[in-house]
Amino acid sequence: MGLGLLASKALKPTASRLLSSQNPRSLLFLSRTVTSTPELQKPEQAAQAQPEPTPDLPPRTPLAGARVHFPNPDDAIEVFVDGYPVKIPKGMTVLQACEVAGVDIPRFCYHSRLSIAGNCRMCLVEVEKSPKPVASCAMPALPGMKIKTDTPIAKKAREGVMEFLLMNHPLDCPICDQGGECDLQDQSMAFGSDRGRFTEMKRSVVDKNLGPLVKTVMTRCIQCTRCVRFATEVAGVQDLGMLGRGSGEEIGTYVEKLMTSELSGNVIDICPVGALTSKPFAFKARNWELKGTETIDVTDAVGSNIRIDSRGPEVMRIIPRLNEDINEEWISDKTRFCYDGLKRQRLNDPMIRGADGRFKPVSWRDALAVVAEIAHQVKPEEIVGVAGQLSDAESMMALKDFLNKLGSNNVWCEKNGMFHDADLRSGYLMNTSISDLEKADVFLLVGTQPRVEAAMVNARIRKTVRATHAKVGYIGPPADFNYDHEHLGTGPQTLKEIAEGRHSFSSALSNAKNPVIIVGAGLFNRKDKDAIFSAVEAIAKSAKAVRPDWNGLNVLLLSAGQAAALDLGLVPESENCLESAKFVYLMGADDVNLENIPKDAFVVYQGHHGDQGVYRANVVLPAAAFSEKEGTYENTEGCTQQTVPAVPTVGDARDDWKIIRALSEVAGVRLPYDTLTAIRSRIKTVAPNLLHVDEREPATFSTSLKPQSNQELSSEPFGTAIENFYMTDSITRASKIMAQCSALLLKK
Amino acid sequence: MLARLAASRFLEIRQVFRQVKKILSHYPSNYKQSAVIPLLDLAQQQHGGWLPVSAMNASCNILFNKIIEVAPIRVYEVATFYSMFNRSKVGKYHLLVCGTTPCMIRGAREIEDALLKHLGVKRNEVTKDGLFSVGETECMGCCVNAPMITVADYSNGSEGYTYNYYEDITPKRVVEIVELLRKGEKLPPGTQNPGRIKSGPEGGNTTLLSEPKPPPCRDLDAC
Repeated sequence: MGLGLLASKALKPTASRLLSSQNPRSLLFLSRTVTSTPELQKPEQAAQAQPEPTPDLPPRTPLAGARVHFPNPDDAIEVFVDGYPVKIPKGMTVLQACEVAGVDIPRFCYHSRLSIAGNCRMCLVEVEKSPKPVASCAMPALPGMKIKTDTPIAKKAREGVMEFLLMNHPLDCPICDQGGECDLQDQSMAFGSDRGRFTEMKRSVVDKNLGPLVKTVMTRCIQCTRCVRFATEVAGVQDLGMLGRGSGEEIGTYVEKLMTSELSGNVIDICPVGALTSKPFAFKARNWELKGTETIDVTDAVGSNIRIDSRGPEVMRIIPRLNEDINEEWISDKTRFCYDGLKRQRLNDPMIRGADGRFKPVSWRDALAVVAEIAHQVKPEEIVGVAGQLSDAESMMALKDFLNKLGSNNVWCEKNGMFHDADLRSGYLMNTSISDLEKADVFLLVGTQPRVEAAMVNARIRKTVRATHAKVGYIGPPADFNYDHEHLGTGPQTLKEIAEGRHSFSSALSNAKNPVIIVGAGLFNRKDKDAIFSAVEAIAKSAKAVRPDWNGLNVLLLSAGQAAALDLGLVPESENCLESAKFVYLMGADDVNLENIPKDAFVVYQGHHGDQGVYRANVVLPAAAFSEKEGTYENTEGCTQQTVPAVPTVGDARDDWKIIRALSEVAGVRLPYDTLTAIRSRIKTVAPNLLHVDEREPATFSTSLKPQSNQELSSEPFGTAIENFYMTDSITRASKIMAQCSALLLKK
Repeated sequence: MLARLAASRFLEIRQVFRQVKKILSHYPSNYKQSAVIPLLDLAQQQHGGWLPVSAMNASCNILFNKIIEVAPIRVYEVATFYSMFNRSKVGKYHLLVCGTTPCMIRGAREIEDALLKHLGVKRNEVTKDGLFSVGETECMGCCVNAPMITVADYSNGSEGYTYNYYEDITPKRVVEIVELLRKGEKLPPGTQNPGRIKSGPEGGNTTLLSEPKPPPCRDLDAC
């Protein structure tokens, strides 16, 4: 409830007559000129300029995040916030009405994505004809309600609440990691007193051990219970609770349990004080020293929106950005805490493996010359290129163009497997889109464990299950779910039964209004992939999952590079090209089957981490990680997003596409692009959707175009695609925090 | 011997399950988590008046997770919130002295002092023989007969469990009550003042001695 508002109120009498339709910010500039405008001297013209009387108030813009959506126009009611009328749907709370009216109400316990607790009392407002101040977060707005947010009563009530909150809150802001981004600190500037009247001892609370990610200083807790509600409602783990009563009240776990959730890091963000802070970030930096770079995450296929906070050349922390369509305002622990992997085991210099088996640093010129020479010595069909799971679209385009120029088309992205066809986008995308999963009423998960494969998609499914009691059926090995689900079976046989309508779940699917079928990308590597997909399509057909208004047939991808790789057509020509390869170009590929590479093959590893691929490599070319380059990524639902460099690259590393461009010139097959813009216009000719940044490009044609498969289903049960949630790629495998998490939290 | 022990244990378990079933029958199936408090109370009675973590674990594992589908932390929240759930050991007879204003004015502190002195313990401590412990309670609504103590009797398990009020007590009478309980004698709960019937005035009624007059009726004809 800022100065702008107050200022515009003060200017109201002069300015509002003429400028009532303008932004209040502009009033500050125009208020002086108002008196000298010629219209004011001529009353007739002034009357013309103002054809209808508008309320004598400046217009207000809803606060960021306040959304007014009328599901039923008859349900609209009108309330008055500080005299300003707003139309809101029935059922909104007073606090939400104030937000729509552009008034920010101070709050601690209220969070728009959690249930309402109403226990901090900071959001007190005055309501006309109500004898007491009202907790606006928990009070439903009633028609004609006159809400007053800036009266002396409301202010005094909030001051009183603030005094009670500060009574037991330690005065350790100078050593608190929340300092500078603390709700309590900010709001005490507005409502706090400069001295306390409390003369007793402050209470102190024993710190709890919530695991390797969340640091607790429980004495700072103000009992808002946001973390308890987050754990129960969003993360789906009943780990945290409010123990004791009165002044002995504290947040705790059931007898020294750790918080075992893949979303536990979000309690750091929602904690309004410094009670829950990031353990790896503790005492590392102050938030005002950090430079924020708005970019995206690449540790899974969701493409969560993040902000990388860096200080100098170092990534200090990663925090989420709001994106309603993808990650809402949460991110997974892997996304949040993988950043220390960006500082460890990095490749600094180009290196060539000598005769003694040891790497020797060389110059770029020498390294590229060696690679180019070998590339010309082998036959074109013996050249193989594998893009890693973290590769961006630009570098994959360059790799494919380079290999094509050398005469080979054996290039693919590691997680996609060897048998994939990239003909139909609907065959590898999440066609429903992540946000539309909320409209589904039945889920069928085929060989996918969303909790470990894509934690944010799982959070969406959980949200849906919690809100609408949607049914979830799961086919695959026994897995961990944080919502009610039915384990239908472990392998393709169950899939066949459902497809033929012999299973009890078939009726649930066919009765569903918006059924969703999600197939895990882990099945891409199976030999009977086509048969599985045709069985899934049969299920989708009988359940009417693919209609003009609803597409419920989805594939959940595993890694950030996958979708773009298939869009760009990175599909190998022959299935066992790797076994007969003489020249293998690994562009950050570590999870490809390295044992299948023949002993005499020459392996080039271009990447940012000394991971599995480096052990087999003959030449190592250092590249930039996602935090250091500008790259295009497409997430599992087909939304194109770009990373932005937050920190400089390490050592002599270069962007992936630049390395390939340089190599092509040394090899005598110069690629025709020198800039990022040029390579993007090359991408435009292959996959124009990769240039529509921050837009989801749905697949146009469904699988109906696909030829019939006559493969037989094997009886082999589905496997797990990801064994360890915390370590899935070269960055997370290099991270110490992720190693701690796997050691402590995956213990069975 | 073992067989007999096993048989009695079995009977005990059956008895418990009968009680659990009875408690659950009070709640509709969609609100069965409301049974947490009575079930925790049952567990406390079974366990001699207090809820150690082991008792809570056992009841969490069997009762709460399986039967009423409540997470352990939610049970723990309830158990730590209500002061009637004892989280430390108590005696077989847990004596709770009311310390709220009316009882305090009428001498609750002297009663507590007499009790503690007689038993030789501090507040919330258990006597060496494990028979008695003294605690404090808030108002039990017996202010008319203040001061009062409550005796939670855990000596006979959950079947013989009683929670009786002893009112109009004096420092002398409270020691007598303790000694009677020690001997295992049953003494009538309620007021300990022989001159008083229930919460009536001492020495019989002083007002409302005659038949009450009927309420005056409006003379409708006069209107």
